[in-house]
Amino acid sequence: MKKVLLSSIILIIGITFIGRLSYLQIFSFSTDQLDDPAIKAIYDYPERGYIYDRNGKLLVGNDPAYDVMVIPREVKPLDTLEFCNLIGLDKETFVKKLKRARVYSPRLPSVIVPQLSKEDYGRLQEKMRHYQGFYIQKHSLRYYDTKSAANVLGYISEVNNRDLAENPYYVQGELKGRTGVEKTYEDTLRGKKGVQWIQKDRFNRDIGPYKDGALDTPPEQGKEISITIDKALQEYGELLMNGKRGGIVAIEPSSGEILSMISGPTYDPSLLVGRQRSKNYTELYYDSIAKPTWDRSILAEPSPGSPFKTLNALVALQEGVMTPNTKVRCYNGFYVGNVKRGCHCGGGIRDMNSGIYKSCNAYFASTFRNIYDKFETTDEGMDIWEKHMRSFGLGGYLGSDIHTGRPGRIPNKAFYDRWYGDNRWASSTIISNSIGQGEVAATPIQLANMTAAIANRGHYFTPHLIKKIDGKDITVPKFTELRQTTIDRKHFEHIVQGMADVYNKGTAKWVRVPGIEIAGKTGTVENFTIIDSVRTQLTDHSVFIAFAPVIKPKIAMAVYIENGYYGSRYAGHIASLMIEKYIKREITRKDLEKRMLEKTLEHEYAKPLSGEEFKINEYEW
Amino acid sequence: MSGKNVLKRIDWPSIFIYMSLIAIGWVNIYSSTFSEANPSIFNFGTLHGKQLFFVGACFVAIILIMALKANFYEHFSSLIYVISMVSLLGLFLFGKTVAGATSWYDLGFFNLQPSEFAKVATALALAKYLSDIQTDIKRRKDQLATLGIILLPAILIIPQPDPGSALVFFALIFVVFREGLPLYYLIIGLLAILVFVTTLMFGTIWVGIALGLSIVLFYLLKKKKFKVPIFPLILVVVVTILFSLSVNFVFNNVFEQRHRDRFSLWLRLEKDPNKLEQIRKTIGYNTYQSEKAIESGGFSGKGFLEGTRTKGDFVPEQHSDYIFSTVGEEWGFVGTVTIVILFTLLLLRLVYLAERQKTAFPRMYGYGVISVLLIHYFINIGMVIGILPTVGIPLPFISYGGSGLLFFTVLLFIFLKLDSNRLKEGI
Repeated sequence: MKKVLLSSIILIIGITFIGRLSYLQIFSFSTDQLDDPAIKAIYDYPERGYIYDRNGKLLVGNDPAYDVMVIPREVKPLDTLEFCNLIGLDKETFVKKLKRARVYSPRLPSVIVPQLSKEDYGRLQEKMRHYQGFYIQKHSLRYYDTKSAANVLGYISEVNNRDLAENPYYVQGELKGRTGVEKTYEDTLRGKKGVQWIQKDRFNRDIGPYKDGALDTPPEQGKEISITIDKALQEYGELLMNGKRGGIVAIEPSSGEILSMISGPTYDPSLLVGRQRSKNYTELYYDSIAKPTWDRSILAEPSPGSPFKTLNALVALQEGVMTPNTKVRCYNGFYVGNVKRGCHCGGGIRDMNSGIYKSCNAYFASTFRNIYDKFETTDEGMDIWEKHMRSFGLGGYLGSDIHTGRPGRIPNKAFYDRWYGDNRWASSTIISNSIGQGEVAATPIQLANMTAAIANRGHYFTPHLIKKIDGKDITVPKFTELRQTTIDRKHFEHIVQGMADVYNKGTAKWVRVPGIEIAGKTGTVENFTIIDSVRTQLTDHSVFIAFAPVIKPKIAMAVYIENGYYGSRYAGHIASLMIEKYIKREITRKDLEKRMLEKTLEHEYAKPLSGEEFKINEYEW
Repeated sequence: MSGKNVLKRIDWPSIFIYMSLIAIGWVNIYSSTFSEANPSIFNFGTLHGKQLFFVGACFVAIILIMALKANFYEHFSSLIYVISMVSLLGLFLFGKTVAGATSWYDLGFFNLQPSEFAKVATALALAKYLSDIQTDIKRRKDQLATLGIILLPAILIIPQPDPGSALVFFALIFVVFREGLPLYYLIIGLLAILVFVTTLMFGTIWVGIALGLSIVLFYLLKKKKFKVPIFPLILVVVVTILFSLSVNFVFNNVFEQRHRDRFSLWLRLEKDPNKLEQIRKTIGYNTYQSEKAIESGGFSGKGFLEGTRTKGDFVPEQHSDYIFSTVGEEWGFVGTVTIVILFTLLLLRLVYLAERQKTAFPRMYGYGVISVLLIHYFINIGMVIGILPTVGIPLPFISYGGSGLLFFTVLLFIFLKLDSNRLKEGI
């Protein structure tokens, strides 16, 4: 017994040690290098890339900002009064800030005065060395050379814990693109920070490079990009949106490049930079009525209204159920069973051309029925109709390089089976879709893209914002490959003619632009809201799609103005002004321009909030 | 006698392990004290250079030990003990103070630490006394004399102050147990430690409950015919409870705050994260940093000279008492376990060697060697990996320190010399 006692103790000690060591070195072990107080990474941040518009005009650059920093324990006694004068603080604030910095950490730098102006910096720079423990740190802030395009450009902000968990690249305190192109092209714009690993001792002093700098990396410059936005057009469009809610998207049909993407109301992008950022952001973000941060040009999904008729006409032609000469009689409306639906075209006999330019509901109800009647079952008709619609980029995400979006809606048979029950619906049940009401929904950018497809007579390019990276044209296949619709090219001329006649003699004859031949289509979209749990109709949305010139189109666009009443009233005017601006670069119709710039719809938007009874669709001009 | 015989008879496995440990030790001292500015190995101005010099000195000492007759040690053990005690006494007059402890003689070129020498001397003296034909360890008088031999150096060392080294001598009690001291001394000692720890961690009430449960268990498991001695049982209960209460009293009223902190650190008594953070920065700093350094080594370590915490001097005294954390950081689990296995093998080998001795003196001396090495190894690594309270004693053969290395070598090789001579005893 006594002989084995010592041996047992030796063995027990050995086993205990190995147990404890496996706990420490195997179970508790973590590879996170930043956890090691002996190594510190010093980062070298490259400048964030500039953003230019399609014509090389600067949209976003950088502004150097200078912070006065302090390391409290290095501060030597100083002439406080003189220093305070120099940095523009009163003595009490200075003493308080210094104290707070010391409480935070005597070793680590704290900000004493954030974001000095350039002039102050110039004055301070040479005198700074007299004050030990203080220094000026330079960093860069986004600088906006425009008050527009906040929704396109997006903003950057400090990374949060989720970003840190998702992407190991980021370190606390770094900035990251949150929305817009700042987000989509984050990696390109940001570049790559350089890292220098430093070996520290326990007093946090540098004692040399870690592993002789073998792991260090040099910074990679952020690249500048050009986006497809036309700065002048974008700014002009935002001016026109003064006091109006809605979205405008303009696309160059031959390339899919987005010329402008406007959401109203919007905000000055500079608001989200600098010392007032957080206050401004809160104000914008919590404005739940006007929602300035909600990009209506890509997120709003109203019914498309009458512009959708053009597609139904195309499908009917493609399926051979109608010819351009097919006649339909309009009885100032049409019948669905015994129920009469109204029409504002004036009645009479319509063919396809006048059906489009007079926007005849009866004509398109027939068109819609004819498409379905070609097939034995409604389901079959539905599948074909859905396929054609989707080929125009509707009812799904476009796959552009915009950071967010909505799919809109093209209803399919599953949708109606769920709604009405299998075999309990037919083309007459869903006839509202023929005139772009009902269940179809599309975002302004989808409408603009659809217009571009019509302008191209049958194809489109995925709408996108990127034009050049680092001065080189992009070659992203997704954006350069042509996307064919399911409608043959020959059918488009009839529709284009109809849309041109909308200007020549139809619903938009009052908004013609001298010298430019435009094709367009008005839309007036009924819409409802819920006030005190009662479904209440509001003034119609004003919708307009247009492209110009009719031959070799340079611009295709969709304008959607919330509660703007009929199509040509606001949307039509705005579209015509923007087309003129883009093509002619100047406006000849000054009085119209003045009216659009000055007129607001705030009174319309106030109606449902007033708590009183109100009239809709009031004609006052 | 011829050198050939010694080489044939000496225990090569022990020597192999010894040399491995010395080599590992030196490599890690080199790493702990490495600076880019002075990478030379043979620079005696550096600590690793000095240590290399002492490795050389060890080989000279080994040759001397082997050259001397085996019975020299037995014959002169008393004298050696006396000289050693005088050298400890002399510290009070001529000692050199380093870091608050007067534990060294300044010999110009290096500092000699007589307490290291005293470990060898006491092990020899104890073996000599116990192996004497007239000593009977069952006798109270002889027990006291034995205790005296062990306690004398400890008492001389405590005021230096060097409580760590003093503690080492108590380990020699193992020798006495091996030679017949009743085991219940050990059992009572262990139980006292158990009660002490339990009281601090859970309080007297739980000690009482545990005691009650063990008595119930005892009644259930005892043989039917066994008569329970009621009176002694009651005595045990009363003494235990009183002891437990006195532990509370002593801990709260006699101990100073720094002592309390050490125990609360060891037993993880502090739960408040703020205070824990405070402890990590003050008295728990060493332990926390060495644990972290070892942890950061992972399975295979960061590599030779790649230990970032070692380079940054995060662990204080890393070349001496905390050398094991360097091993942990740079060589990982592989390195630390290698050392644990080497020590385990060496100690087991020495137990085997001690047990095969034909006579009492070498056997008892062998046990003395084992006890001294074991307590150093146990307390040092236990402290560095955070399962024992902080006690400043070195890791034999590995830690930096000339006196330590030299006398650990002497301690071991005297025994190996005695072992090599076991068949020629009496010639």
